Amino acid sequence: MSAVIEARQLSKRFGKTVALDHIDFSIESGRIVGLIGPNGAGKTTALKAILGLSEFDGELSVLGFNPRTQRPQLMEQVCFIADVAVLPRWLRVGEAIDFVAGVHPRFSREKCEAFLANTKLRKTMRVRELSKGMIVQLHLALVMAIDARILVLDEPTLGLDILYRKTFYESLLSDYFDENKTIIVTTHQVEEVEHILTDLIFIRDGKIALNASMEEIGERYSEVMVNPDKAELARALQPLNERQIFGKSIFLFDGVDRSRLAELGELHKPSIADLFVATMKGTYA
Amino acid sequence: MNTMGWLVKREYWEHRGGFLWTPIWASGVMLALTIFGIISAEVVGSRVNIQGGIPWDRIAERLSAGDIAQAGSGLDVAYFALAAILCIPLFFVLFFYLLGSLYDDRRDRSVLFWKSLPVSDTSTVLSKVAAALLLAPIISLVVATLAYVVLLVLICLWAAVNGINALPAIGASHPLGLLGRMLITIPVDALWALPTVGWLMFWSAFARSKPFLWAVLVPIFALIANSWLGMLGAPSLKHSVMLNDIVFRLLFGIVPGAWLQGDNLDLGDRIREAGAAGNSGVLTLIEPANVLGLLTTPSLLIGVVVGGALIAVAIALRRSRIETST
Repeated sequence: MSAVIEARQLSKRFGKTVALDHIDFSIESGRIVGLIGPNGAGKTTALKAILGLSEFDGELSVLGFNPRTQRPQLMEQVCFIADVAVLPRWLRVGEAIDFVAGVHPRFSREKCEAFLANTKLRKTMRVRELSKGMIVQLHLALVMAIDARILVLDEPTLGLDILYRKTFYESLLSDYFDENKTIIVTTHQVEEVEHILTDLIFIRDGKIALNASMEEIGERYSEVMVNPDKAELARALQPLNERQIFGKSIFLFDGVDRSRLAELGELHKPSIADLFVATMKGTYA
Repeated sequence: MNTMGWLVKREYWEHRGGFLWTPIWASGVMLALTIFGIISAEVVGSRVNIQGGIPWDRIAERLSAGDIAQAGSGLDVAYFALAAILCIPLFFVLFFYLLGSLYDDRRDRSVLFWKSLPVSDTSTVLSKVAAALLLAPIISLVVATLAYVVLLVLICLWAAVNGINALPAIGASHPLGLLGRMLITIPVDALWALPTVGWLMFWSAFARSKPFLWAVLVPIFALIANSWLGMLGAPSLKHSVMLNDIVFRLLFGIVPGAWLQGDNLDLGDRIREAGAAGNSGVLTLIEPANVLGLLTTPSLLIGVVVGGALIAVAIALRRSRIETST
């Protein structure tokens, strides 16, 4: 498989603050990558660099393009939804479709109209008359009608109710995603994307804290629920994290042999949220 | 349609109110005032002088007196006045359009949507320049021309009521010649306006908040500082140069015909002078030879260079400046 995004020594500083600290990563085609990190960790900065929206230091190649100098060419192959409500309020639904159809060579008007046919959106409506959820439906319809190779989603479901959030990811998976496409998503709603991700990148203080595929994570990390009598034994194995629930301790282990852990108690697959909390321990301290 | 066409169309969609409805309303008001004037003149027999810039009295008197040539020149003045008065709202529309052109979409973050499309920053900025300097003045002139047609109908009706045939007077006027001449002023206006366009767009792209204050206060402060240096006897520019060749060119260059008289922005004066000049007054005022002669003046050429440079800076800023402080 070929990498669609390659970053080497990617750095960005704002004054004295280091937003990205010499990070390396590569993302391959056909993946759905979650870029997860606490507020201010550098997620959006990394996405902006990928999208050619900000200057950066280091090397970055997206589909073979240099985002710094080749943004227009890059945008033929890359779509992004940056948070909700960035569609201009004066724009009409029909104008949005006409304009994108006019300037984007890979946009399919038929597809877009087919997506919108399932919604309450009408062509004469202005964006300012739409609810947040409807704006996202419009944006998603525009983006999904573009035959792009990379889709970048920056907090796409922020502020949406649960119905819209659920259909958002469902339609992405069923109507859009295939092996030729790559999706990069940042979100705080980790539980929501957990089951659709193929890869996970944790980012903390401008550095990559974890970069692994979901299979690797499943193999490396395990969670054990331990009765108090065996807690000391578990602590001796140097868990990443320990938390208490119903008088039992739950330990998170990285790369410890399963059979040894099974002797201590009940084994679980850790959720991304728990893994995240354990990895980011002390971030705000 | 190509990308540039769509970009200009997008500007029109967003600013239909300023580009189309403002001249329609303004010329509607002028025509309404003229109708009130006619009615009060006919009914009360009084000479109420509310004609919204259209020299109705003159046209009516000359028509009644059978002075066809003078009535025709009155019609020319009326056409020119309709177009010229629309330049006042056009100035305000363009001023605030340009100040917001690279700022408003950063403030409401919709710039992120526009930037997600395969359109270069250069095309985006140039489409806004084209919308301001070509699209808006052309719409304004078209609206003025349609309003003039309405005025001609009104005149014919009034004349018919009074048993006069107005058609010879219309025949003695020069609507097509005038239209052609006014069309030629649009590209010249555009070149003359480049410093203002560049200046306003530069602040629109640069400012993190309040582009209006920066764009207006910086030249005013420079003017005051220059006068102050002059008073102290320090090296400074001549006040008139600073005012007319720098401050006015940076802020008022987008007034159509601002080049007609260097230091006089009063359109009314100009129209009166043109009217007083007699038969071919307004035609001479915007004689193509005079208008195109401006193209080779250093004043215009320096402005084009300065304006072009400011627009280039605005394009470069557009590339990386996305956030505003609000």
